[in-house]
Amino acid sequence: MPTRWGALPNSGIDKNPTPVDRIIRDPKIVAAVALVMLVLPPIGLTAAWLAFGQPLLDLMKATDPAILQFVFSLIMMGLVLFIVIHLCAALILAERKISAFIQDRQGPNRVGFFGLLQPIADGIKFMLKEDVTPARVDKPIFILAPCIAFVVAMISFPVIPWAGTVELPWGGTLTTQVASLDIGVLYILAINGLGVYGVVLAGWASNNKYAHYGGMRAAAQMLSYEIPIGLGVLVLLLVSSGTLRLEVIQDQQTATGLWNVFLHPIMFLLVLTANYAETNRAPFDLAECEQELIAGFHTEYSSMKFALFFLAEYAHMIIGSAVLVTLFLGGWEPLPGVSLLHGNNTWWAALIKFHIFWGKIIGLIGLYMLVRWTVPRFRFDQLMKLAWKGMIPIAMALVVIEGVLVAVGIKVDPTAGFVGNFGVLAVHLLVNAVLLGFILWQLSRTKAPVTGRQDNLPEIEVVPSRPAGQGGVSHA
Amino acid sequence: MRDEDVIELKAPELTAAERLYLPQIVAGFRTTLRHMFLEKKKRDENMVQYPDAKRQVRIDNYRGVHRLNKDPDGRVACVACFMCSTACPAHCIHIEAGASPWPDREKYPVKFDIDELRCIYCGMCEEACPCDAIELTPHYELVARTRQEMIFDKEKLLHVFEQTKHDKPRKNPAVTDYGLTGNQDKAVARPTSQTKV
Ligand code: SF4
Ligand code: SF4
Repeated sequence: MPTRWGALPNSGIDKNPTPVDRIIRDPKIVAAVALVMLVLPPIGLTAAWLAFGQPLLDLMKATDPAILQFVFSLIMMGLVLFIVIHLCAALILAERKISAFIQDRQGPNRVGFFGLLQPIADGIKFMLKEDVTPARVDKPIFILAPCIAFVVAMISFPVIPWAGTVELPWGGTLTTQVASLDIGVLYILAINGLGVYGVVLAGWASNNKYAHYGGMRAAAQMLSYEIPIGLGVLVLLLVSSGTLRLEVIQDQQTATGLWNVFLHPIMFLLVLTANYAETNRAPFDLAECEQELIAGFHTEYSSMKFALFFLAEYAHMIIGSAVLVTLFLGGWEPLPGVSLLHGNNTWWAALIKFHIFWGKIIGLIGLYMLVRWTVPRFRFDQLMKLAWKGMIPIAMALVVIEGVLVAVGIKVDPTAGFVGNFGVLAVHLLVNAVLLGFILWQLSRTKAPVTGRQDNLPEIEVVPSRPAGQGGVSHA
Repeated sequence: MRDEDVIELKAPELTAAERLYLPQIVAGFRTTLRHMFLEKKKRDENMVQYPDAKRQVRIDNYRGVHRLNKDPDGRVACVACFMCSTACPAHCIHIEAGASPWPDREKYPVKFDIDELRCIYCGMCEEACPCDAIELTPHYELVARTRQEMIFDKEKLLHVFEQTKHDKPRKNPAVTDYGLTGNQDKAVARPTSQTKV
C-alpha cells in the first residue's frame, strides 16, 4: 500500500481569530501606530516648547546652576531608567527573534504583527503568575536576592558619560553624567563585584541543591573573570590617562580619534570576553545552565522575582556594553580617527552624542546575542582554565608590557591628534602582534586533545588484562 | 573479546589556532549569520505555521491518539482478549471483559479504558491486537482540563473511530467480521440491530 500523506483538519484554535487578534496582527495598523508614536512625541515636544519654552528658559536662567544641574541629573536618571527598562523588554524580544532566525525558526509571531507585542504579553504574564515561595527557604534573603541583583545592575548607570557636557547659551554648563566620580572606573568594578551577591544569595536561600550549585558556580566564575577586567582597566590607566574618571578617559579618545580598541586590541577582546562571563550569559552561563541545573540560581523563583533576575541580566549587559563603549570604543564619537563631535557642546550635539552612545551599546549587545547562539558552552573546568591559565596571564603580560612602554615614554599625547600619535599606535599594534605570535607559539608547543581535558597529562600505561592470545573472558 | 579486537582511538589534537578560539568563533559567526540572513527563503519555505496549518503526516503509520474500531455492523470489534494490555509497556490499558451478547464471539469489553497520559504512543497495542480492533490515529492534539478527562473510555474511543474513519479507514475489517465473512448463518451472526453495543 502506498504511503498516504495528509494533514488532518485544524483544531480550530486559530481558524477564527478574535477581533483583537485581527487588529494587532494587521501590519497596516501596526505601521499606523508606529507612525503615530514616531510623530506624536516631536509634535508634543514642539507644542510644549511653544507653550512653555520661554517661561522655562527664564526659569532656568534664574535658577542657581547647582540646583539646575541637580534637577537635570534627576531627569537624566529617570530617562536612563526608562530607556533601560524598555530596552530590556525590546532586547528580550530581539534575542528571541535572533535566536530563532539563527536556528531556522520563526520566533514569537503570534502576539501582534511580527510578534511585536510579545514583551507586553510577557510582562502581563510575569505579573499575573503565582509568586511561589517554596517552604523552608530563607525568606528574607530569598526576597532580597532578586532586589540586590536588580539594584546592583541599575546603580552603575550614573557614572556613564552619556553625552558629555552641554553648554548653556547664557553661560554655565550641564553635565549629562549624573555622578562624576573621581573613582569612576573603580566604582563600576566594585558595583559589578557586588552583583555576585544577588546570584549567590539566591542560590543559598532557595534551599535547593541545583540553585545552590548554580550560585556557587556563579561566585567562582564572576570572581575569576573580574580579574581580567581589572587588569584591562589598569592598562588603560597606565597608558592613556592616569585618571579614573570615565569622562576623561573618553575625552582623551575623542580628542585624538585614537580609540583604545586600536591601541589595545587583545585587551579589548579579553575585557569583552570577561564581560560575557560577568553577565552569566552563554557560552559562560554556568550559573543558569539549563542543561544540568534546571535553571541554576533562579530555579525556585517565579513571577516578578524571576522577572527581576531577567531584567538584571539584561541591565548587566547594557551597563557592561556602556562601560566598554566608554573605555574602548570612543564613547559618543561616531567615527574613529576624526574628532567630529569633540568639543562641540551645543544641545543638538548632545542629542546626537546620546543617540550614538546608545547605538554603540545596542551594537555590542547584538554581538552578545550572536556570540550566545554561536559559541558552544564551556565546561566548568574549561571555564576556570580559560580565566586562570589563559586570560589572566595574557592580561598580566599586557600590563607589564604597557608599563615598560610608559616607562620609556611611549604614551598617547591627547593634544597631538591622530597623526601625531601614529607612532604610538604603530608601537602598540606591533606589541600586540608580537604577543599574539608568542601565545600561538606557546599553544603549538603543548598538546591538547579535542575533549579539552587538562594539557600535558602523563601517558597512561595500558596493561592488558591477561596475556594476549588466550581465549575466554578474564575475571581478574 | 580478544586484545586484537581492541581498537585504540586517539582523540585528535587541537591546533594552536583552534586553541586560541578566535578563528573558530569567526567561522561560527559565518555559519550563524548565514542562517540568520541568507537562508530566510529556505526557512520560510519549510515552515509550517502550526496552529494555522498542520504538518503532513503519514496517515497510516502516525502514532497519535487511539481508537477502538467498529465492525461494519457497528459493534465494537474488540474481543477482550487482553493482548494489548499485556503488550503495553506502560500498563495503561484497563479492560473488563464480559460475556458477549452476540453468538459469534465469546467475550466483549464491558469497560475499555486507556490512560492517554501514561501512554507512550509506542503502538505495541496495535501490533498485538489479533483482530485489529485497537488502532492509533494521526491525531496528536490531546487536551483536557483534568487528568480524569485524559482517561479515554470505550465510548470515547469508539467516538474517535467515528471521527477518523473517513481519513483513515479501518485497516483490515475482514478479521473480525464473522457475520460478513465467516461461515456462520448471517441471521445468527448479525443480531446487532437489536443488540446494544
Ligand atoms: S501505544 Fe503503547 S503505551 Fe500506548 S496504549 Fe498502546 S501499547 Fe500502551
Ligand atoms: S488486543 Fe485487540 S481484541 Fe484484544 S483486548 Fe486489545 S483491543 Fe481488544
